[in-house]
Amino acid sequence: MRIAIVDESPARAAVIEEGLRDAGLSDITVLVERRGLAARLEALSPDVVLIDIENPSRDALEELFAVSRALARPIAMFVDQSDEHAIEAAIDAGVSAYVVDGLRRERIKSILDLAIKRFSAFSRLRAELTEAQSALAERKTLDRAKALLMKRRGIDEPAAYAALRKAAMDSGRRIVEVAEALITAEKLLGDMP
Amino acid sequence: MSERAFRIGFLPLVDAALPIVAHEMGLAEAAGVRIELIKDMSWATVRDRLLYGHTDAAHLLAPLAIASTLGLGRPPVPIVVPFVLGLNGNAVTLRREVAAEIAADPADPAHTGQALARLIADRKAKGLPLIRMAVVHRYSSHNYMLRYWLAASGIDPERDVEMVVVPPPFTADALKAGEIDGACVGEPWNSAAVDSGAAMIVTATSMIWRRGVEKVLAVRSEVADERADRLAALMRALYSAGTLLMDQSRRDAITAILARPEYLDAPAERIRRALDGRLMLAADSNPVPIPDFLLMHREAANFPWQSQALWLYSQMVRWGDAPYQPEAEVVVRKVFRPDLYRRALGGTGAALPGASAKMEGALRSPAGVGTTQGRLILSPDHFFDGRAFDPDDLANYLRMLRSNEKS
Repeated sequence: MRIAIVDESPARAAVIEEGLRDAGLSDITVLVERRGLAARLEALSPDVVLIDIENPSRDALEELFAVSRALARPIAMFVDQSDEHAIEAAIDAGVSAYVVDGLRRERIKSILDLAIKRFSAFSRLRAELTEAQSALAERKTLDRAKALLMKRRGIDEPAAYAALRKAAMDSGRRIVEVAEALITAEKLLGDMP
Repeated sequence: MSERAFRIGFLPLVDAALPIVAHEMGLAEAAGVRIELIKDMSWATVRDRLLYGHTDAAHLLAPLAIASTLGLGRPPVPIVVPFVLGLNGNAVTLRREVAAEIAADPADPAHTGQALARLIADRKAKGLPLIRMAVVHRYSSHNYMLRYWLAASGIDPERDVEMVVVPPPFTADALKAGEIDGACVGEPWNSAAVDSGAAMIVTATSMIWRRGVEKVLAVRSEVADERADRLAALMRALYSAGTLLMDQSRRDAITAILARPEYLDAPAERIRRALDGRLMLAADSNPVPIPDFLLMHREAANFPWQSQALWLYSQMVRWGDAPYQPEAEVVVRKVFRPDLYRRALGGTGAALPGASAKMEGALRSPAGVGTTQGRLILSPDHFFDGRAFDPDDLANYLRMLRSNEKS
């Protein structure tokens, strides 16, 4: 079974490829570049094309599948129509697929299921990463606010933190919001580099 | 309001204006519906979100709604079209170097087509590569209008040019990079190519057929049944949005909304050209009025004439995209739902035609149309080559077109 993964995100493509390889599928090609995509696919002649649903090359690919003589007529979203749930899961995960008509349904379904899992896992990873990044940014803000208080009021770090926390509790805001407000105020009032 | 929003998928194009205006200018709210707009970059994505329930409705290419219902290249999913979002609105743009070789007259597509045919013959004689023309999708009015024009000009779209697909937002870049020689695309993407200095507009689809159906409001058949009342309210909001579009005094405000990053993400001045029907054909030139460039309201532009769907089907058959079957013809006719339009807009100021289909391209002068509500006068709706389409005689129409093609 020859599989092509078309994804403009190399990281996500790698995550999917790894999953498919773990499942014993070895004939996998990842295509990241938009340019020359049609020609490369035509040369590759895959049985299954996995593509992220928002990929702007999809219209061009559908045209290729409709007219290419080299490719064995892949059709969009192959799962049995009775299995609408699987298709919805795929769309939710953000993956779309084209397969050569007539391939064994069970076989393809397991590939799609895998791709869905991997796509979802990637989205989760990205969400966690964003969260981690914003947590880091918040800590930096907090550190700057603490340093400011320590310098201006001549207090130590625990006292500075306690002051911020109290202000946050009193005003019903998050501590990082208070820290941000303090930094902004300090900027406006001068005295900051 | 407890009812969930109508999620509407769209591509950044001027003819997505009705749902955007209905949402932004409070018309949806006044009609009692909530709209949530979901922007994508390719038609395949807009269609898939619609077919698999990510969205409840879509700003969609009319032929794509038909192809999805017929199941061309995929399992069929019944789609209904209760409301047309726009007629015409596309242009044909050529790379500057190519355009320079033909003396194009946008108002005279017959003349421009012949000039293009001569250029193609000339290039062939010199052994130069085929001219590469982009459309936005196989199942697009762009594809069928462009082919209609080329074929009627003696150019075989299958052999004399190379047809490729490029999504609208990437067309201007593709022209600039020389990846394509020409494109048939909606606004503001022709104008974007013109403004870059890389291309010139040589004609508009309204010049090829004065009343070509373009984008439609597409809804899954089961959603149209389940949420019939909400859909009707949505259609009333879209109709009201059309009345605002006609109001010159609001045009600045509307273009400013459409220009925003979450919608078209393009300069307001560029968007305005399509709304005013005045296009700049080349960079830094004076704008030229293009008659009926884009209709989103007047002359019952939103009414889903079944004859429009059948004309598209005739072209899908003509170019081998769909087989001709009498059963399919019945299915296609029913994709367009004038009954839903009448039900939703009964009791409003909208004109409601009594008939559901009409001769297409037969009007040479304004004519009154029988209505069950309001008054409606339709302006000339001809094809540039003078042929008319009788929706009740599709086979004969196809025979006639075939006999006129280059042998």
